Amino acid sequence: MVRDVAFGQYFPGNSLIHRLDPRAKIIMLVAFLVIIFCTFNYFSLLLVTLFTVFYLAFSGISPKFYFKSLKVIFVIVIITSVLNLFYGTGDPLWQWGIFKLTVDGINRAIFVTIRIICLILSSSCLTFTTSPTELTDAIERLMKPLNKIHFPVHEIAMMMSLALRFVPTLLEETDKIMQAQKARGADMESGNILKRVKSLIPILIPLFVSAFRRAYEIATAMECRCYRGGSGRTRMKVLHMSKCDVFSFAALGIMICGVILCNIFIPAVI
Amino acid sequence: MSSILELKNLGFVYGQGTPFEKRAVDDVSLCIEKGEFIGVIGHTGSGKSTLVQMLNGLIKPTTGQVLLDGEDIWKNPKEIRKIRFRVGMVFQYPEYQLFEETVYKDIAFGPANMGKSGGELDFAVKNAAKFTGLKKELLQKSPFDLSGGEKRRAAIAGVIAMDPDVLVLDEPTAELDPMGRDVLLSQIVQYHKERRNTVLLVSHSMEDIARVADKIIVMNNSHCVMFDKTKEVFSHGRELEKIGLRVPQITKIMLELKEKGYDVSDGVLTVNDAFAQISELLKKEGKIW
Repeated sequence: MVRDVAFGQYFPGNSLIHRLDPRAKIIMLVAFLVIIFCTFNYFSLLLVTLFTVFYLAFSGISPKFYFKSLKVIFVIVIITSVLNLFYGTGDPLWQWGIFKLTVDGINRAIFVTIRIICLILSSSCLTFTTSPTELTDAIERLMKPLNKIHFPVHEIAMMMSLALRFVPTLLEETDKIMQAQKARGADMESGNILKRVKSLIPILIPLFVSAFRRAYEIATAMECRCYRGGSGRTRMKVLHMSKCDVFSFAALGIMICGVILCNIFIPAVI
Repeated sequence: MSSILELKNLGFVYGQGTPFEKRAVDDVSLCIEKGEFIGVIGHTGSGKSTLVQMLNGLIKPTTGQVLLDGEDIWKNPKEIRKIRFRVGMVFQYPEYQLFEETVYKDIAFGPANMGKSGGELDFAVKNAAKFTGLKKELLQKSPFDLSGGEKRRAAIAGVIAMDPDVLVLDEPTAELDPMGRDVLLSQIVQYHKERRNTVLLVSHSMEDIARVADKIIVMNNSHCVMFDKTKEVFSHGRELEKIGLRVPQITKIMLELKEKGYDVSDGVLTVNDAFAQISELLKKEGKIW
């Protein structure tokens, strides 16, 4: 039940995308997210969409999970596209009170919908194909320059990886506690909101207690192994850029050029 | 005697349809009679915990049925809570489920959910505390101030207080000291004797199981490979060892004596029985006087 949420989950595998350097993936994702919002006509939008599909196809993960990750943001997509639909300027095609439908509005709605979907799909692709440890490793490496201004990069990365490491543990724990309280007749599925919130108490209290207990335990375990922060630590897995990374950067570069050319030569619709 | 729980081709698959799919229980069919004390053994990951969680509808079987008093427990999914009151379940490390301000309130959580109140509730709580050997003065303390063993007792009392027809305990003695194990186990036996209800005990300790169980369910690789009287199961020492389990030490000694050609019975479960048989044997051979 708790584990049904597909967004942010990692699926181990050995696809082309899995093998890419996590740093490359993060940089590419950021560049891609920027370019998604630099699409101003249907040609560039199509280019971005095709690139997303192309990228997902190489990840070797069943489309089912991508649909699942979209399900989570379905409501947001609907709300924003409906808002945009009636927000356009120009001559109304149809009007009812303050609601007026314009060509501009329709365009905006289509753009915002496709942009959000591409955004979610491409970021899901990153989390689906990159393990949390790889992710934090990559983030630590990418943020390293910030060390110069005394930003505690290593500490932040360590906190992130600890937090990520405990997500499955705490989910499992939540599941167990829920089962145990259900076995004692806790009723979490019926009643009004107030009753439901109240019924969470028997789950949240044991969960907090155990989260604190685990935090103490891991802190002790780290101290026992002489952990004292990031200075002078070497990596167990050193990240390397490979040919695949160069190819995918090239593919992304071509796509970005395409989008820019489209934007220059084809008139913008929004 | 009539059967209280009947499992029909019960099966469960974790994460169906994901890359993490794992078959935990496969095609288990068996019948548990009213008032029996059943031991459930199997090495880690053999599916025993999953099996017992299906008995009170905490997880829904992917195939097959669980019949309680002849009725499918999932016949009416809205009434599944009632099943959980009838089949009480004590999880591994149950002390992590404690949450109330006082031990008394925590024990009362289950029976209060059943709709009990007033004197009836008070009686259920005090009775459960008595069965698990919790001292009266502990009842008004915070459960987080108790010792590990006391927390365990309080949590078990919280399930016993619902007065279930079937009590399932998943490794209740794990991580307790030897003294605590023995006492807790005797209390469970005492409880079974007085209430005359059905008890299922999941355990890794063959000695414990041999001491208390009438019958044993042996799980291996998500299948139920044996379900028989304790003596019968433990007389299959070699088969048990093959699937990563062992028989109680004393049983093993007797089995080895038998293999060497001595006239002893297999499936000896206690040191006292073994002593009786061996002295009998020595007498016969004229080596004891």
